[in-house]
Amino acid sequence: MSRAIRFAPLALLLLVVVALVWRLATPSNSTVSSKLEGKSVPAFALPAIVAKPGLSSADLATGKPRIVNVFASWCVPCITEVHVLQELKSRGVLVDGIAVRDTPPDLADFLAHNGDPYERIGSDAESRVQIALGSSGVPESFIVDGHGIIRYQHIGPIEASDAPMIMAKLEQAR
Amino acid sequence: MRRLALLLALTAQPLLADSNLPPAYWANRQLPDPKQEARAEALMEELRCLVCQGQSIADSDAELAGDMRDLVRRRIAAGEKPAAVRGWLIQRYGSWISYKPTDEPAGWPLWLAPLALLGIGAFLIRRRIRMKARG
Repeated sequence: MSRAIRFAPLALLLLVVVALVWRLATPSNSTVSSKLEGKSVPAFALPAIVAKPGLSSADLATGKPRIVNVFASWCVPCITEVHVLQELKSRGVLVDGIAVRDTPPDLADFLAHNGDPYERIGSDAESRVQIALGSSGVPESFIVDGHGIIRYQHIGPIEASDAPMIMAKLEQAR
Repeated sequence: MRRLALLLALTAQPLLADSNLPPAYWANRQLPDPKQEARAEALMEELRCLVCQGQSIADSDAELAGDMRDLVRRRIAAGEKPAAVRGWLIQRYGSWISYKPTDEPAGWPLWLAPLALLGIGAFLIRRRIRMKARG
């Protein structure tokens, strides 16, 4: 047996070790992003759940970019996010909400305690619109331009530090 | 201190709480038509849960998985083909959502690897037989 072949198993082992170390150092990303970025919002119509209008896809193509926030009163990170959305609203940003699997009293409570930045809130009791949007959890936000086309998906809560980036995305969607 | 800890433990809220709504209608209910139910069941085995990644929506207890089972059963009951439902989900979440091996180029190594290994095996055996024959 030639010398080179004798070292082949060792080389193979090294290759495997390098691959494992590389994956440990850069873990794979397990967030699932929507494939609808750049496409129009799928047609939907959600009923109202609190004392403000519900949300339909037609409400999203009104000539102005807006944030569609997929949230829920039972979602803890949504509490901090709603404060950031309030701040964005005070800068003139239009925010609509899709309340996933929520009840009217729970949601009314949530809005009374944490603030209410939403123009409209649609009730998505069986997560159907959430799934139609390619969203895999709460909170998630979509920036929709004036023609009803999804320009950006934000997975997880919008933190205060994300605000400048969100403003820039809204500007691009104008 | 102990009492306080106990009180805190008893009143603690899980970070990723579930909603207060009951599961969707078809989440844990079989379709009345056994043929449709079998089709829905087979599809649900092959769709990946978005929350408990690594489980199928048939196996997962996550609320979103229940809502996806509801969606699958509803669409199959309405006469939609399983392939259409799978396609609709792939449009939204990418081929990630489906456990069924794809025939796209990305999946080719998976199909070709057994053939390549068989070929290598045949080559090695042939060589060995020849060497033996030579003595």
